[in-house]
Amino acid sequence: MSILVLAEHHDGQLAGATAHVVAAAQAIQQDSGGDIDILVVGENVATIAEAAAKLDGVSKVRVADNAVYAHQLAEPVGALLVELVNDYGHILAAASTTAKNIMPRVAALKDVSQISEIVAVDAADTFKRPIYAGNAIATVRSTDVLKVITVRSTGFDAVGTNGNASVETVDTVVENSQSTFIRQELAESDRPELAGAKVVISGGRGMGNGENFKLLDGIADKLGAAIGASRAAVDAGFVPNDMQVGQTGKIVAPELYIAVGISGAIQHLAGMKDSKVIVAINKDEEAPIFQVADYGLVGDLFEILPELESRL
Amino acid sequence: MKVLVAVKRVIDYNVKIRVKADNSDVDLTNVKMAMNPFCEIAVEEAVRLKEKGVATEVVAVTVGPKAAQEQLRTALALGADRAIHIETDERVESLAVAKLLAKVVEEEQPGLVVLGKQAIDTDNNQTGQMLAALSGLPQGTFASEVVVDGDKVNVTREIDGGLQTITLSLPAIITADLRLNEPRYAKLPDIMKAKKKPLDVKTPGDYGVEVASKVSLLKVESPAERQGGVKVASVDELIDKLKNEAKVL
Repeated sequence: MSILVLAEHHDGQLAGATAHVVAAAQAIQQDSGGDIDILVVGENVATIAEAAAKLDGVSKVRVADNAVYAHQLAEPVGALLVELVNDYGHILAAASTTAKNIMPRVAALKDVSQISEIVAVDAADTFKRPIYAGNAIATVRSTDVLKVITVRSTGFDAVGTNGNASVETVDTVVENSQSTFIRQELAESDRPELAGAKVVISGGRGMGNGENFKLLDGIADKLGAAIGASRAAVDAGFVPNDMQVGQTGKIVAPELYIAVGISGAIQHLAGMKDSKVIVAINKDEEAPIFQVADYGLVGDLFEILPELESRL
Repeated sequence: MKVLVAVKRVIDYNVKIRVKADNSDVDLTNVKMAMNPFCEIAVEEAVRLKEKGVATEVVAVTVGPKAAQEQLRTALALGADRAIHIETDERVESLAVAKLLAKVVEEEQPGLVVLGKQAIDTDNNQTGQMLAALSGLPQGTFASEVVVDGDKVNVTREIDGGLQTITLSLPAIITADLRLNEPRYAKLPDIMKAKKKPLDVKTPGDYGVEVASKVSLLKVESPAERQGGVKVASVDELIDKLKNEAKVL
């Protein structure tokens, strides 16, 4: 049976996460065979489909381009997927807010379970996924005829972009009278996407206020880093919630993660403890973050950050 | 309108979990249990809707072992009017929970169902979406604001790039994100009163739902331990280590 990957995209761009999901699909393909197809759903998504066709290992890109799919609302996109999945044994998507919204709907309508946020493929029916905020790794096997899966991008390396898949149009249009898009407010940022950045520097409650997050800007610029935050910093209103790293925010696994003024609660660690190198800067030498940090620097962040910026 | 709120009994979020020696699961014996934090937020939202005069009745429901009645009593102490306990000792996957809740929705005909966006034990983030699908209702997931307006509800959702607002026709399913509200604490008199509120006990069989799942848990392991690192004395030493030892700069 073939494998269908739901393309992740926003702002007219194919999201990097899609290439990681295709890698997970290839791991399944090694065991079960079959083709890997990508489905691009949305409105005015031709350029996204072109980008998806370049991903290595993809046989076919299927494009459902219609106003009803704009903003990828769960009701119409779920209904479309239910129509299309009969040809497939697996359907995969990135564990993004978009797919987390849609995929369980599809699973329920097909009367199968969903396997959330896999980090490894043991076999075409057996997967590893973190539970309890990443404090345990479960191995699960599904005997469902259709496996509906979301993929944690940080568990799989992205595939290359030398592919040349065919692109075909999906004409299926579904109706949606239940939900209507009203507006969205997206945080503006010139920095790399948090989930895909090679370096992440995050601030916590220790930053004191939102203004002080500017202390991270210069360092982030010099390192080409994305800026993240702990839930405490978000809840205190220092920064918007899309910057949150943790169990309930984004999961990151960069080469270098710098935690500034973050104590290291379980919830936060769940979002970053797979980073290659972790640096903690905190004035409290007992802070739990030092138990996972490769390099810890105890001291006042208001002195350390400007010094760090000037030395980089 | 009636508001249905689903709650789950889970390990307390502060507990550092232990994996069983035989790797069959996480060890839950003698561990502090509590209401899932996202469910607390769902209950709070339902109670606030009642206080605003939008909801006429708040019904709390759970699926789980007998001990899960503690969490239903908590929901009642926080302001729910009555509770339904679907008792089972089986490991119930999201799909089966959604099927049971769909039966309750069919029976109770609520105007709105509020759930947490995910349980902090299985971290699935599925049940609300599945319930919406099975009940044929629209969904407002990861909600940080819920405004009922006549026969519609406006939901502001937390999405990867920021916030998105959608309008759903009622009845609808909402799943609560952390920032939806700050749950209140139950006061002692309310806890006492909650003991007298009605609590119906049912079984999955009463609803004709089979809870067995096609997903089996083969193994649970501890994640790879991170090596405790070193403390450096200065910014210079830190940069030196990052450049020459870790080679990430």
